[in-house]
Amino acid sequence: MTDLTINGKDVTLDVPGDTPLLWALRDDLRLTGTKFGCGIAQCGACTVMVDGMPVRSCVTPVEALEGSDIITIEALEGPEADAVRKAWVDIDVPQCGYCQSGQIIAAAALLTEIPNPTDEDIDFAMAGNACRCATYVRIRKAIHNAAKMLET
Amino acid sequence: MTKFSPTRRGFLAGSAALIIGAHLPVGGKMAAKAASGPISLNAFVRIAEDNTVTVIVKHIEFGQGPFTGFATLVAEELDADWSQMRAEHAPADTATYQNFAFGIQGTGASTAVRNAFTQMRQAGAAARSMLVQAAAREWGLPEDEITVAKGVVSHAASGNSAQFGELVAAAHDSTPPEEPKLKDPADFVLIGKDVPRLDSADKTTGAAQFTLDVYREGMLTVAVAHSPWIGGKVKSVNSAAALAIDGVEKVETIPTGVAVYAKNTYSAFKGRDALEIDWDLSEAETRSAEEQMEEVAAAAATGEGVVAETYGDLDAAFAGAAEVIEAEYRLPYLAHAPLEVMDGVIENRGDAAEIWMGSQMQTVDQQVTANILGIAPEQVAINTLMAGGSFGRRAQYDSQFAQELAQVAKAGGQGTFKLVWSRKDDIQGAYYRPQAVHRQRAALDETGRIIGWQDKFATESIMGGSAFEVVIQNGVDPFSVEGSIHKPYDFGAFEARWVRTDSKVPHLWWRSVGHSHTAFANEVFLDEVLQAKGKDPVAGRLELLGDKSPRDRKVLERVAEMANWQGVNGSDGKAYGVALHPSYDAHFAYIAEVSEVAGEPRVSKVWVAADVGIAINPDVVKAQIEGGLGYGLSAALFNEITFAEDGQVAQENFDSYRLLRIHEMPEVEIDLAVSSEKPGGIGEAGTPPIAPAVSNAWRVLKGQPVRRLPLVRA
Repeated sequence: MTDLTINGKDVTLDVPGDTPLLWALRDDLRLTGTKFGCGIAQCGACTVMVDGMPVRSCVTPVEALEGSDIITIEALEGPEADAVRKAWVDIDVPQCGYCQSGQIIAAAALLTEIPNPTDEDIDFAMAGNACRCATYVRIRKAIHNAAKMLET
Repeated sequence: MTKFSPTRRGFLAGSAALIIGAHLPVGGKMAAKAASGPISLNAFVRIAEDNTVTVIVKHIEFGQGPFTGFATLVAEELDADWSQMRAEHAPADTATYQNFAFGIQGTGASTAVRNAFTQMRQAGAAARSMLVQAAAREWGLPEDEITVAKGVVSHAASGNSAQFGELVAAAHDSTPPEEPKLKDPADFVLIGKDVPRLDSADKTTGAAQFTLDVYREGMLTVAVAHSPWIGGKVKSVNSAAALAIDGVEKVETIPTGVAVYAKNTYSAFKGRDALEIDWDLSEAETRSAEEQMEEVAAAAATGEGVVAETYGDLDAAFAGAAEVIEAEYRLPYLAHAPLEVMDGVIENRGDAAEIWMGSQMQTVDQQVTANILGIAPEQVAINTLMAGGSFGRRAQYDSQFAQELAQVAKAGGQGTFKLVWSRKDDIQGAYYRPQAVHRQRAALDETGRIIGWQDKFATESIMGGSAFEVVIQNGVDPFSVEGSIHKPYDFGAFEARWVRTDSKVPHLWWRSVGHSHTAFANEVFLDEVLQAKGKDPVAGRLELLGDKSPRDRKVLERVAEMANWQGVNGSDGKAYGVALHPSYDAHFAYIAEVSEVAGEPRVSKVWVAADVGIAINPDVVKAQIEGGLGYGLSAALFNEITFAEDGQVAQENFDSYRLLRIHEMPEVEIDLAVSSEKPGGIGEAGTPPIAPAVSNAWRVLKGQPVRRLPLVRA
């Protein structure tokens, strides 16, 4: 039994403690926006916010999250998230779309930390999020566009 | 709005909306009737009373944009407003939703727009005609005085106008036209212009539904333990430890391994890991990668092969040559590694089954499922869902994945089962792009001009043993030799000779199929030959193109202009590589800017000049070029499936099968030619030229020829 907050709601997860947060979110809570890609923290498709930081949910056991505050793509909000989503849709970043929940969470987290990131900041923050469709050119552009939106 | 229902009959019967059927066989003649109830003719357009126009798309959307593209074609001829357009996948129904390029329902070979360009326009035009007829009857006015624009049907003189939704009821009595009148391309308002993709918004909120997101009442999740050796079979299994794991319900041996049925995914994976299995390796591939590669190389060297293309007098060219240059090129097995693993949900109802998955070959998936479950194909409903990439992987000639899903359902009995592969299952699961070895020979005259060329290569047959074996004519599989044949250059004398190899490792088409190896082996060798004779890669290619291939000539000239071409050597340790390679009726020239970072090639920029014919959605085309280029770059730099000394696949996840990351993705500058040529395929054609363009620059930087991919070998 693990007590934590998920998307603003108090939740008690009645799953074995070694269960990765990813599978608790998906199989138990049906929060399916968080994706499974590799299971070893190599692709970033499973990224969620844990206490304000982007975390790979596929390697984070539920038992390590007692009292934590989790935000998934379904409830990600705020000026950075709004700007990122708008920038993403404006230039049609997604292709297959499967990695994009993780990309958007990572991008929103980056803009929260660094409101006007350089290309190097983007490389550093986003290198853990793989996209097999290689939408990287547009991800970079959308992050810069979102940063501009946030300035005004 | 109509709710999607898996059976066609239910789909139509349950509809309160207008279904516009358009029977559009290969010849493109209309032979349909409108319907307010069940109808067994084609159906591509549904208009609801809320004004939404839903296009029923016969091709799977896994990123290449058919939802947006097909909706554009329909909206263009229907004169709909883009904001009212929607798209959804067609049900499995081969007669209605066949791919004219295949003769079955399926997606691949960059055929979506190419097979349905006219069909979708006709479907839109037929729908438009039926709305106009309805308005004419409602208003008591002649049809030819009624116009349609941006989703509004109107009659100027009387001031009558109606939204599409208001005409739905009346349109049930309309008759589809015998020959729907198509627009003059000069009058296009949507085709060739940019419209927002229909699927972007849902892909930024987590709302887009993939197969992994399907949860059904009472569903068990299943993981299958596969042999660590390709071709291994289960000899014996001890499942006691697996069954002791909380959530594991049962364990069954199926033809492809051992299936663990559990209440959730994590239990299924844990249960699978706890199995103790003895594998029978009598039919398995147990040789190392090098042994397998040497076998292919030996075939290329000594096999006779078959001639795939020939012109001119090759013997005379080589006999009279002032110089002959030869080189051998090797390409590895490649996994497709789409980010969504292979997955599927099946409901076994005993006398019927229903499937939810990213089906890329519905007709074959339906048939194999029916065979395994002992029911008729019509009793297998398939709900095609968006998929997290494919690059060829979700279509297998034997419906490998649907077979395993059906075996899971058969062994599981009545109930609902979700089969989820792990990344290891994917990377080690074979169905790879086959290895290939090319032996290139060029005959040169005294001036250094190429007067003869032979590309002799060994690789597996892509279509051999598949449902498409019929494409193999005179022993030549066009998908194994494409890109080696029909090159844009005129060499005077030429021969493409293919030696067919066989392997126990199942192989598959991989984004751009034959082009994925032929473009590399040919464009790199050409560049080496030009360099050896002191020729410029752009000017040397233009000389060989002559007048043979005007569209290729144009893109090469254009890309040189874009990159302000000054030769292969740049400042600041940069080098520039050129490649030209047409495929899928699309013409591409690349120039790659490459430097060395930490001992590896780093591509900072790629200039792309492309002529893809009519681009339905130019921005989607550009996205596919960016993506196809990035996918090919990942493979060219890093990707290789190898087999350890004991024959086990050496890679198992993204820590050992390295993916291109954002900092390794170049800036991409694209110039898309304005063209009135028929649309080319764009899902794959961006991939082939990147490996040779980067390799050609890398050779300049390192002063060593590039004869093998990937460039960065583990």
